[in-house]
Amino acid sequence: MNKVYADARSALAGLLKDGMTIMAGGFGLCGIPETLILAIRDSGVKNLTVVSNNCGTDGKGLGILLDTRQIKKMISSYVGENKTFMNQFLANELEIEFNPQGTLAERIRAGGAGIPAFFTKTGYGTKIAEGKDVREFDGEKYVMERGLVADLSIVHAYRGDTEGNLAYRKTARNFNPPMATAGKVTVAEVEHLVKPGDINPDHIITPGIYVKRMIHVPTAPKHIEQRTVRKRQKADAPAGTGEEV
Amino acid sequence: MAWSRDQMAERAAKELRDGFYVNLGIGIPTLVSNYIPNGMSVQLQSENGMLGTGPFPFEGEEDPDLINAGKQTVTELPTTSYFNSADSFAMIRGGHIDIAILGAMEVAENGDLANWMIPGKVVKGMGGAMDLVGGVKKVVVVMEHAAKGDSKLKKHCTLPLTGAGVVDMVITDLGVFSLDRHGGGLTLIELAPDVTLDDIKAKTEASFKVANTLKQ
Repeated sequence: MNKVYADARSALAGLLKDGMTIMAGGFGLCGIPETLILAIRDSGVKNLTVVSNNCGTDGKGLGILLDTRQIKKMISSYVGENKTFMNQFLANELEIEFNPQGTLAERIRAGGAGIPAFFTKTGYGTKIAEGKDVREFDGEKYVMERGLVADLSIVHAYRGDTEGNLAYRKTARNFNPPMATAGKVTVAEVEHLVKPGDINPDHIITPGIYVKRMIHVPTAPKHIEQRTVRKRQKADAPAGTGEEV
Repeated sequence: MAWSRDQMAERAAKELRDGFYVNLGIGIPTLVSNYIPNGMSVQLQSENGMLGTGPFPFEGEEDPDLINAGKQTVTELPTTSYFNSADSFAMIRGGHIDIAILGAMEVAENGDLANWMIPGKVVKGMGGAMDLVGGVKKVVVVMEHAAKGDSKLKKHCTLPLTGAGVVDMVITDLGVFSLDRHGGGLTLIELAPDVTLDDIKAKTEASFKVANTLKQ
């Protein structure tokens, strides 16, 4: 059983069809499977429903699939920083289903874990809860949310062995591990492809059972949305301080 | 004289306690990290999957794999841990974060909060705000008292809600209100320097009580 494919096009061969649902990992432009996104663009598949926390930025990440109008609907928590998105949305060419970020993450986790629905306090009393079942538990009101699965999940990992075991780097982990569990087929792109045993089993975040196909992307570009830095002399600056450049 | 953005952040930092796990929103709340007292151990959570968020990196050391929830480049601390988005919001929803400090468009006297959309205008989405206000133990709003002359402290929110009955404290440029979201309403507990009770009354749509301990 060989999981490693030569390139993104061959790894996606036979998996793409018009109208399908695709989950794409990443938070903003951090930890996004951009090589696979480019191959989806090149395939020409259309009318996609895409589940992703954001929709890239103009011309980057999932923004690539907006430029080519291959996306019909997004399920996301936040879609700022993207003019193309706004233009298509305001022209009724694109649907958006907003999910609170934690509800989105839990829907995906639940979907991958075979849980069809769950109750959360998040969004009770807001538009998000309209039309959804509400139950009271221990004196508090909770909203029922559905588990979410996709025809295909695409994820980005830092290291992967040829069995499909994956490890991530810093905050590039984000939505990738839960999405890897919730795709009928999951395709991973990995920056470092290694042989089984090269990743300490204690450090594997996504067990290979979830990963059907993978590609090696040693030179995948990475983007920074908000480059924020601090001056050298203030070595003891507190968190989140400095200046934007 | 009304408080500046930095002074509002400084006041909000007084709500922190040693050992707290804290989530800061973007804008004025981010400035709160400048006023964490020396010697107080506070861990900042970034809901994209990081606990123990460090300061911005030195120029040239930015790492595209290391960002906060505002998508700004940050750094790691010795206390840092990473986790996925589902675990991050389990932490939030499960009530493990001690305090969230965030901005708002409107707060109502019953604790309702609106900060995610203005109908008919550009809609960006709520991100993690609905989960945060629903799950964190204490929710502190830091905002300007009024926008274009209109009180942002309302009898009822006019914008779509982020959370119903979720706010515990409101810090504006004019003063500080505690909020009993179980029916007790708003209570003015502090005034900014040289701001009078009459100033606040004139600029506040919401009804509020005045604490016995209020210094005038």
